[in-house]
Amino acid sequence: MTATLAGPEVGRRRLRKEDQRLVTGQTRWTDNLTLPGMLHLAILRSPYAHAKITRIDVSAARQAPNVVAAFSGAELDNQGVLACAWPVTEDTVLPTYLPMAVDEVRHVGEPVAVVVARDKGSAVDALDAIDIEYEPLPVVLDLEAALAPGSPLVHDSAGTNKAYHWVFDSADAGTGASVASAEAEVTVARRYVQQRLIPAFMEPRSVVVDPTGGEWTMYSATQIPHITRFLLAATTGTPEHKIRVVAPDVGGGFGGKLQITPEEWITFAVSTKVGRPVKYTETRSESLVSGHHGRAMIQDITLTAKRDGTVTGLHVKLTANMGAYMGIITPGTPLLGAFMYNAIYKFPAYRFECTGVFTNTTKTDAYRGAGRPEATYAIERIMDELAAELGLDPLEVRRRNWIRHEEFPCTTVAGLVYDSGNYEAATEKATGLLGYEALRSEQAARRASGDPVQLGIGISTYTEMCGLAPSRTLGALRYGAGGWESVTVRVLPTGKVEVVSGSTPHGQGHDTAWSQIVADQLGVPFDDVIVLHGDTRIAVKGMDTYGSRSLAIGGIAMVQAAEKVREKAKKVAAHLLEVSPNDLEWSEGAFRVKGNRDQAKTIAEVAIAVFAAHDLPEGVEPSLDSEATFDPSTFSFPHGTHLCAAEVDTETGRVTIRKYVAVDDIGKVINPLIVEGQVHGGVVQGMAQALFEDAIYDESGNLVTGSFADYLLPSAADLPEIVCDRTETPATTHPLGVKGVGEAGTIASTPAVVNAVVDALRPRGVHDIPMPLTPERVWQAASRQEGAA
Amino acid sequence: MIPVAFEYVRPTTVADAVSALRSAGEDGKVLAGGQSLLPVLRLRLAAPSTVVDLGGISALRGIRLDGDWLVVGATATHAEVASSPLVATESPLLAAVARTVGDRQVRHRGTLGGSLAHADPAGDLPAAAVALDATVVVAGPSGQRAIPAREFFTDIFTTALAQDEIVAEVRFPRTPGWTARYEKFHRTAQAWAVLGVAAAVRRQNGSIAEARVALTNAGPTPVRASGVEAALAGATDLATVRAAAAHATDGTTPPSDASGSAEYRRHLAVVLTGRAVAAAAGL
Repeated sequence: MTATLAGPEVGRRRLRKEDQRLVTGQTRWTDNLTLPGMLHLAILRSPYAHAKITRIDVSAARQAPNVVAAFSGAELDNQGVLACAWPVTEDTVLPTYLPMAVDEVRHVGEPVAVVVARDKGSAVDALDAIDIEYEPLPVVLDLEAALAPGSPLVHDSAGTNKAYHWVFDSADAGTGASVASAEAEVTVARRYVQQRLIPAFMEPRSVVVDPTGGEWTMYSATQIPHITRFLLAATTGTPEHKIRVVAPDVGGGFGGKLQITPEEWITFAVSTKVGRPVKYTETRSESLVSGHHGRAMIQDITLTAKRDGTVTGLHVKLTANMGAYMGIITPGTPLLGAFMYNAIYKFPAYRFECTGVFTNTTKTDAYRGAGRPEATYAIERIMDELAAELGLDPLEVRRRNWIRHEEFPCTTVAGLVYDSGNYEAATEKATGLLGYEALRSEQAARRASGDPVQLGIGISTYTEMCGLAPSRTLGALRYGAGGWESVTVRVLPTGKVEVVSGSTPHGQGHDTAWSQIVADQLGVPFDDVIVLHGDTRIAVKGMDTYGSRSLAIGGIAMVQAAEKVREKAKKVAAHLLEVSPNDLEWSEGAFRVKGNRDQAKTIAEVAIAVFAAHDLPEGVEPSLDSEATFDPSTFSFPHGTHLCAAEVDTETGRVTIRKYVAVDDIGKVINPLIVEGQVHGGVVQGMAQALFEDAIYDESGNLVTGSFADYLLPSAADLPEIVCDRTETPATTHPLGVKGVGEAGTIASTPAVVNAVVDALRPRGVHDIPMPLTPERVWQAASRQEGAA
Repeated sequence: MIPVAFEYVRPTTVADAVSALRSAGEDGKVLAGGQSLLPVLRLRLAAPSTVVDLGGISALRGIRLDGDWLVVGATATHAEVASSPLVATESPLLAAVARTVGDRQVRHRGTLGGSLAHADPAGDLPAAAVALDATVVVAGPSGQRAIPAREFFTDIFTTALAQDEIVAEVRFPRTPGWTARYEKFHRTAQAWAVLGVAAAVRRQNGSIAEARVALTNAGPTPVRASGVEAALAGATDLATVRAAAAHATDGTTPPSDASGSAEYRRHLAVVLTGRAVAAAAGL
């Protein structure tokens, strides 16, 4: 491959061309769609976390005003099942997952019956007429209780709540030594709890299914139209070629829309039953209780080291909450972190174990970073603990263990080959931007004076694996699909360009970034490029958008497709200029005759000639359209250093982030404005885990934080300005040098914030505060242990 | 989400509003700014048969002076109160509290009368009314009656209003020259107060001559911190203020919930009272 990035557009801070329609809402959000004859669906959901349905009768609902049909789970006999694409071990327990419960419910919010009516209000009203009785069953919510002998079972048929046990050991893999034999002058063991989070995308999930004419079109606010089409065919028996899935403009996902949902499958089945288009749009309350959640795991981490700070071994034991069912990649999500606990460090021994556990809660699955934020949190927290144990500066402990820039490429103890990186450069830039030394002095002064407002500095030197993923690797990990991406570039007769993207954006800015790249590749104006996506009839092939993959994989496919266009066009241009193709060079956006630059043909000039096809060279087809599908050979490894200075009011427990510096190395940058937006949003989402968000169940399994009044999302008013900067170490595994930035901020920021707060209170004997660091928890930590150290 | 169907009435006079409420009976609800009622309707936590919208009644609007009183109409919005030069001069504490309610959108829709009638223990304005010894003037079938703020709030989400009464106006004793501070402690900028302290002081010759202090979310109704007020009389320094603030927990019965335990709220009451009074007094 010769693909490269060059030209006037790449690197420009272009405002996003899609924002006018997205921000004003004047666009094709799924809930904006109204089809002729469309009906509206409402869903009755279980109020019990675990119960038998002893009686259900929807006949009264059928008689309610404007109601067209109503179904219980048993009556919706064409509902299919929901599939898990990632059974991580041979014996992973995959319980039958029905979109609508038939005889037993296993979490609050599980669908039990539906009503379809001519208007949404009537459908919701008629839910009250459904006659349903439950016999409550014992509930299990706690991970360790669920594994204890005699625990109530979420799935009786499984005979256990243990879903799987997955192990990576560097001694077995031949990538390192055994942790059991690691030299241990110092041992630091910690338990961290990743609280349950809810991906709070701005646009609630919405689906419209049109079954007209024996073909099905599903419009859905999803991240994964292509995967949805495949699985809909595979699990309902509907022929794939008769299914079209459209993700119109989608308002955020964060992994929360990387899912095939009960609501999609139910709407599909109901529309088939009634033979009319049916729409379902969730309320925010339904979204919080029914959309999948994220994180929710216990991390038992043991780090061994020498007295000089050199780490000798890392042992990670995870207990991961699956929830009640397996979503599309529920079991695999924690394993996306398995290769990242060793992070940027040269550890000689590593063992990772993960036990997946069923509970009577909403299922968990991918949430921005998926496994990698958890890994980064644990390692970056415990590196601070090691530093404290040894009385070293936490930056110094990192320096003593990280891969030096001259050591790349480097095979890690987890078996990944990091192609590139420069941790020294990113860290130096970050400490300079923060004013690290000055803040350390201020910290010392505040400690000495007993200031009620203490200062802490938090460090997070992260890396991540993104550009998911090499298909061969996914296969080795037992994931059910590949990780390639597809792009088609079409040149219209007037010289305008259509880029058909297999990866489907839900807010990332593909329209703009792709236009910038293709504009350079084909020498056309930015505004002459349109990016088409999200419709399986238009973008026929694709693997969709997650895992910071669009640019790192789709971007390469796009450049390859554009190169193919140029190759085809070159022959025609040579013919039109009456020279040999060898006499032409591509320069400044046109084919130019070597030695006579003014003799030139642009892509637009070639396009109209190809359209007319009156005078093409022998054997050249009248089309410039080209497709490329790219499967990466490896992951890409963005990295960076994030630093947080936090003030802690010890009298109230209030944490105020005073300054936050994010220096990221994501390789080559297409549009700095989009990158900074991704970093800002990502950092804020990570801060939210550190300080605000927490999905809490009561002892009966009710989601206490079932609205945004209780599930706290921070806003701009709660957060500091984020100082964003970059170092640029291009990826070496492909010619574009790009790495991916969609999740970096979220992965990096949570430990930076928590490390800062713990650092502020460390003289009081504080070495951990459970997330989220609520003011009360911080106050308790600050006061209970005051003077203890 | 979609509320259960209801009758909607938009009268233009107080008498018509009262009469509509009377005929609606127990299932009637009053709509002012809708910032609390509409979410409840949309979540179907309430299903009134009739909603009486006060938005068409011009007599309930406006802010004016009446002798020793600053009179705020029931449907004056928080934004109007917060930005009113009259309120800023005549009741600095009321202005300070109104500025902190919800977010900008809420402040432009929500009303003073609505906030008091809703009587949310975590609502901000009830504490201001109690601190300032406001009088709530209510209108009912037999005309108007005046209820002291301290008697108006009777329990969580419960007031002395009868079912067929509405808040007509709120009368605040004029306190020109007083200085004030509302210390609102909340998890996020838009969240309700975990705890709040409304404090106003009148200073004379470098000391605190009079103080008014009330607490938000320290019990089912606003708590007037009389013990603090008494201990503040004559205070000239921060130490005295802090000592006085220790009385802030007197008479409090704060809730325990996901935002904070009762113990934490009691602690906050003391800390925030000290800070509110110190800031109000410029110490």
